[in-house]
Amino acid sequence: MPVEVRLPTLLRQYTDGTASVTADGATIGEVFAAIVGQYPGLGGQLIDDSGSLHKFVNVYVNDEDIRYLDSLGTPVAEGDVVSILPAVAGG
Amino acid sequence: MTFPGTPTLRITRAQHRTIIGHCFDGLPDEACGLLGGPAIGAMEEPTGVITEVFPTRNADASSRTYTVDGKDMLRAMRTMDERGEVLVGCWHSHTHTEAYPSPTDVRTATANPNWIYVIVSLKPEHGAPVLRAYRIRDGAVAEVPVELMG
Ligand SMILES: [Zn+2]
Repeated sequence: MPVEVRLPTLLRQYTDGTASVTADGATIGEVFAAIVGQYPGLGGQLIDDSGSLHKFVNVYVNDEDIRYLDSLGTPVAEGDVVSILPAVAGG
Repeated sequence: MTFPGTPTLRITRAQHRTIIGHCFDGLPDEACGLLGGPAIGAMEEPTGVITEVFPTRNADASSRTYTVDGKDMLRAMRTMDERGEVLVGCWHSHTHTEAYPSPTDVRTATANPNWIYVIVSLKPEHGAPVLRAYRIRDGAVAEVPVELMG
């Protein structure tokens, strides 16, 4: 099931400048694996060394932040839009 | 130090009031928000003009750290998309320290090297809020001049 993934400015350097990519997958984790297959440079940007969602990104399925859903296990369906934004934090 | 091509942050007095007001409203916690405006090129280099100031929730609800609420971030990004502009920076308060990036601020400044980071000090000894702006790149901090307009 193809879903659209919208990328933040900083990650477009890994996708030849493309702001939006399409990938197949039943969950966010599967979709990310598919886009990392297409654009290997995205690998370490989305998933951290322990296999979890990288803490410097926010990921949404439509309007919902996946940290409050099932994180990388969050299901996606055809027509969903996945948005990736930088996490903005500090002290 | 300054980085080459550093813009001047130009905010209106009304925007300044919005930022400072939200910082006071957030006490005793740190408050945070986002800045939107025009930008140039693929790396979204801000011109320094700010067209939107977005007060956001601090998801950490902490006096020591802040995280811009994810939903507020998405909403702000979409608002700027509709304007044909982008998010160009963020702001947060320091309740008891200077208006200078903390080690945590430097470590977590990963959104875009062109972003402008505004910090408001509410340190009581200052008597009045102090607002300053910076760029943070690869662990280095450079001040961004601030001009109050109108
Ligand atoms: Zn700070």
